[in-house]
Amino acid sequence: MSERNNAMVEKYRNDFLKEVEANVEEGPWVKMCMQCGVCSGSCPFGPYWEHPPQEIFMMIRAGKRDEVLKSESMWMCTSCYNCIVRCPRELPITHIMHGLANYAHRLGIAPKMNPTRRFAKLFWQNIMKGGRVNELKLSVGLYFMDGFANGVKKGLAMLPVGIGMFKTGRLNPLGLLGGGKCKGAGDIHKMVKKAQEIENRRKGFAS
Amino acid sequence: MAGAVATNETILVVGGGISGMTAALEAAECGKDVVLVEKNPSLGGRVSQLYKYFPKLCHPTCGMEINLRRIKANKRLRVFTLAEVAKVDGGPGDYTVSIRLSPRYVNENCTACGACAEVVSAEIDNPHNYGLSKMKAVYLPFNMAYPQRYVIDQSVIGTPDAEKAKAACKYDAIDLGMKEQTMTIKVGAIVWATGWKPYDAAKIQPYGYDRFDNVVTSVEFERMMDPFGPTGGKLLRPSDGKEAKNVAFIQCAGSRDRNHLRHCSRICCMASLKQSTYVSEQFGDQGQSTIYYIDIRAIDRIEDFYAKVRANPAVKFVKSKVANITEDRTSADVILHGVDTEGYHRYDNRHDLCVLAVGMEPSVDVRTAAATVHVDASGFVEADPVNGAIFGAGCASNALDVNRAVQSATAASLRAIQVINKVSGAEV
Ligand SMILES: Cc1cc2nc3c(=O)[nH]c(=O)nc-3n(C[C@H](O)[C@H](O)[C@H](O)COP(=O)(O)OP(=O)(O)OC[C@H]3O[C@@H](n4cnc5c(N)ncnc54)[C@H](O)[C@@H]3O)c2cc1C
Ligand code: SF4
Ligand code: SF4
Ligand code: SF4
Ligand code: SF4
Repeated sequence: MSERNNAMVEKYRNDFLKEVEANVEEGPWVKMCMQCGVCSGSCPFGPYWEHPPQEIFMMIRAGKRDEVLKSESMWMCTSCYNCIVRCPRELPITHIMHGLANYAHRLGIAPKMNPTRRFAKLFWQNIMKGGRVNELKLSVGLYFMDGFANGVKKGLAMLPVGIGMFKTGRLNPLGLLGGGKCKGAGDIHKMVKKAQEIENRRKGFAS
Repeated sequence: MAGAVATNETILVVGGGISGMTAALEAAECGKDVVLVEKNPSLGGRVSQLYKYFPKLCHPTCGMEINLRRIKANKRLRVFTLAEVAKVDGGPGDYTVSIRLSPRYVNENCTACGACAEVVSAEIDNPHNYGLSKMKAVYLPFNMAYPQRYVIDQSVIGTPDAEKAKAACKYDAIDLGMKEQTMTIKVGAIVWATGWKPYDAAKIQPYGYDRFDNVVTSVEFERMMDPFGPTGGKLLRPSDGKEAKNVAFIQCAGSRDRNHLRHCSRICCMASLKQSTYVSEQFGDQGQSTIYYIDIRAIDRIEDFYAKVRANPAVKFVKSKVANITEDRTSADVILHGVDTEGYHRYDNRHDLCVLAVGMEPSVDVRTAAATVHVDASGFVEADPVNGAIFGAGCASNALDVNRAVQSATAASLRAIQVINKVSGAEV
């Protein structure tokens, strides 16, 4: 993983903007930012970002590669699209945030313990198993992400919600035993594998 | 083409703002016959609604007075007010133009004595004050109006007020039987100077112009400074009439924004810099202006003006486009939220009043009258051979300050004169 990172550092040297343009989803839009600040001011998570989107775009142009790719910031984005609808230059900010996070993850330099990253992985593994999300397993997995004691605590706190969902037929307790698989799960696996191959080739991550 | 360029030697100027008046005067003073049509009841355009001009901070009435004197002195220039161009047909040297004349219900006998207005009770929004105040439905558009003749609003016709007004007039100036008319004229060339209108601020949802009393537009702010304006020349905020000593200006309100107007409106940075001097003029050290901007675009020689304002400690600059505005329910203060670009600091700043430096867009779509005229992406008339002898001037051709609008009007006038010279065979 970090070999890839070194290769990219070597390839783009001082031009992080070029690297982003070539490798990050919607990366070519970064240079269109005019630093007006509307996105940062409009983000509901604004106060909690270490570097709000506007600053990230400036950091990219300033070549602050490590600070950007190792940052927790892009992982904060909840895809609310507030920034996109207001940006005077119509930058696809949400997509760039996810693109940067994804790129950092692929290079193996994204923050290891970032909860969004861990949840995304959990979600992916879960959906890939049966071709459909097993909500019960996903939530249980999520509660126990930070250790057993924490998991029990969170699980108990959510118990009334779970019971309510069970009563209204929104939750199948048998899901824990592995039910809920879709019929053509095997075919879905094949399709995803092919799609991954194509994407890896396109992004230069042939594996 | 040459055969067709042989019919009419008159130049039509559409729009009686500073640009249209300039184009008409330049051509008439060169000995050409000129018809000037203005859709409002008076000449003057948007400039007559400004308190002071940048960069010299003189009063626009002064320039207006000079132009009116030139107009009155010129026999070759005929002015039609309440006149709107409906359709243009034909080509260079041979245009047929139909002009819609709305009834004024008052004829040339009017001495502007005002007796008619005194006796009527109906009131309408005053468009000269952007609807911030009411006026009698029988009115003189504004003090400097030309012609100096009263107008009876359509809404009064058929009501007892109309008869009262007629009875009050000692000069037999009121004719309630006037009807809308269409006049068709032949002209050789056309100067299109229909000007601009302010961008509709209510469309900028996060700024709450339609929800918060103390969010106003830059054009309204100009009116507040006028001694004859809606607040009698005082900077009072709309919610409670309190003096607005702490004023925020938001730049690019609707301009440089692909969700609104794509272009830079060019004059609004200078307009806000100028308006910050209004705050100082009224309140001295007590007045505080804060200008929220993306970039300050004070072009070439007017950079000096910017430098002077920048040196005033009562004017603060925040490099940031404000994200949104909220209102304090109890005080009706406005609170501006955003992140600045110099350090990425988050702010929630309280102000008495917020002025939106709204953008300029073309007042009309020229193509509704003359379908083939070429316009740019924002709807401004662009110079193009397909336009024939229709020449854009002033803010109909671009977002311009008065200085540049007048230059563009003179250029358009010269092009129109060239066409007429060809028609009359004066050109060698
Ligand atoms: C807030 C603000 C402050 C400003 N302050 C300054 C300043 O201090 N100094 C400066 O240099 N500039 C200033 N400007 C810019 C200035 O207002 C313009 O440069 C000026 O108004 C341009 O004049 P114009 O004749 O081109 O257009 P307008 O003033 O818009 O005149 C156009 C005329 O055409 C008429 N018309 C429209 N459609 C038709 C039609 N279909 N038929 C007939 N007539 C029609 C209109 O009624 C109007 O009278 C300011 C602008 C703003 C927004
Ligand atoms: S809103 Fe758009 S242009 Fe403004 S800082 Fe954000 S990304 Fe850049
Ligand atoms: S889409 Fe993401 S970055 Fe944009 S405003 Fe919402 S949370 Fe913030
Ligand atoms: S219409 Fe008659 S009463 Fe009214 S202002 Fe003119 S002259 Fe005076
Ligand atoms: S002149 Fe200034 S305020 Fe107006 S659109 Fe241009 S940059 Fe924005």
